Amino acid sequence: MSDTFQAIELRAVSKTFVLHAQGGVRLPVVKNATFAAPRAACTVLAGASGSGKSSILKMIYGSYRCDDGQILVTAGGERVDIALASPARILKLRASTLGYVSQFLRVIPRIGAPDIVTAAAREGGLNGMDARERASLLLTRLNIPERLWSVPPATFSGGEQQRVNIARGFAAPHAVLLLDEPTASLDAENRAVVVQLISEAKAGGAAILGVFHDDDVRHQAADHIVNVAAFSDPGAP
Amino acid sequence: MTPIHQPLLSARTLTHLYGHRVGCIDVDLDLYEGEVLAVVGESGSGKSTQLSLLSAQMEPTSGAVAYRMTDGVTRDLVALSQAERRFLMRTDWGFVHQDARDGLHMGVSAGGNVGERLMAVGWRHYGDIRAKASDWLGRVEIDESRIDDFPTQFSGGMRQRLQIAKTLVTQPRLVFMDEPTGGLDVSVQARLLDLLRGLVTDLGLAAVVVTHDLAVARLLSSRMMVMRGGRVIEHGLTDQLLDDPREPYTQLLVSSILQA
Ligand SMILES: Nc1ncnc2c1ncn2[C@@H]1O[C@H](COP(=O)(O)OP(=O)(O)OP(=O)(O)O)[C@@H](O)[C@H]1O
Ligand SMILES: [Mg+2]
Repeated sequence: MSDTFQAIELRAVSKTFVLHAQGGVRLPVVKNATFAAPRAACTVLAGASGSGKSSILKMIYGSYRCDDGQILVTAGGERVDIALASPARILKLRASTLGYVSQFLRVIPRIGAPDIVTAAAREGGLNGMDARERASLLLTRLNIPERLWSVPPATFSGGEQQRVNIARGFAAPHAVLLLDEPTASLDAENRAVVVQLISEAKAGGAAILGVFHDDDVRHQAADHIVNVAAFSDPGAP
Repeated sequence: MTPIHQPLLSARTLTHLYGHRVGCIDVDLDLYEGEVLAVVGESGSGKSTQLSLLSAQMEPTSGAVAYRMTDGVTRDLVALSQAERRFLMRTDWGFVHQDARDGLHMGVSAGGNVGERLMAVGWRHYGDIRAKASDWLGRVEIDESRIDDFPTQFSGGMRQRLQIAKTLVTQPRLVFMDEPTGGLDVSVQARLLDLLRGLVTDLGLAAVVVTHDLAVARLLSSRMMVMRGGRVIEHGLTDQLLDDPREPYTQLLVSSILQA
């Protein structure tokens, strides 16, 4: 593995929540997390519920702060330490490099699924026509029936919303893609589509770092497994 | 040559006192093209004072605001001539007021309101002005057949959309919005936010949005500043502040709303 190139590298990353409304209770959730995720591979974070997997992904994306340590993301010949980067730098990195898919679609009123996915493709640099085609292709592959395309996803079922969210996450070619249980409420057929999308992204050189509940997805997608238990604070609840 | 990383708008130690009362104290910010900054806080926290200072409607007690003009030269706002300031107000900046009546002439037709702003920047040909106004009414989802109607005949949501058309028709680079969805029904708000979001992204605008509504901040902005008692309590990425608020006051603000 000497020639593999680490797209994500965490060095001694720690995070503690301080809940001021609860009298300043300190909740250490990640301690000394040190690991790397290479490009063109899928690295899976494993660990019990509450062990800090989602928190780690959010720190890499920048939606949670990192108290301590370094979070190095390397892409396009540039290396950024998310722990220290300015908001403008992180936004630029999200536009060019860093994708994140959670299990929940943040519904935007009135906008239909193809527009949501097309917008993500355009933000990631595809031109208008290609973006629209990419959106249709993904929605079709993820079995979102065309009769739903003109309806805003606010009324979709949980699984349908999740698939729109996945389509959005894979719309643009992100060099680093963070997946937080994207398949949580999908059936076997759609889980298989997600596994396929992951391998395509890997083949394109992406570094994928994910959390997967289902063993089948984990087994098919994972190239490396990182156990988060090693980074949990022993004093944590 | 100006380096491209020069901000469009920047403020340093911006302070305004109303006699003994604090308007805002020590505000620093940098805003670049394509960035939307939300300024949030309860009423009286200094949001609107800050907006007035940033948009040269008030002079700060101390501190400074600088703006990168269309020629690429960054200038101190207080040092601008009247003509330069007028140019900014008419062309390069836009204002969306909470009350559409503050941004519209109620005695002038919808088309006339939009046309006025074009005439202020030198448009003369009636046909062109009318065509452009009609195009913009369409973009804000007002039926073009309403072009000769007066804003008094419009609903609150329509008036707000008309104000937006009037503001954006000159393609400003920077837009200031003060509670742009305040006073509207929730369903009307959603539509308006959605429209604003689309326009802001399509036009690559920079914007400062003052709001007490964190859902508005979540939907429209990429960066957020939390104010209290005239001071900036916390600022950073919008999702970071909403998902992982650090300051006690921000935590209180975030937990006191349902789900932004
Ligand atoms: N924004 C937050 N504020 C306070 N505490 C939080 C926040 N986010 C997460 N936590 C706490 O951090 C700990 C780790 O949560 P996290 O969501 O990272 O776990 P996880 O490994 O993803 O769990 P699961 O497998 O159940 O999704 C939990 O105790 C959780 O309650
Ligand atoms: Mg989780």
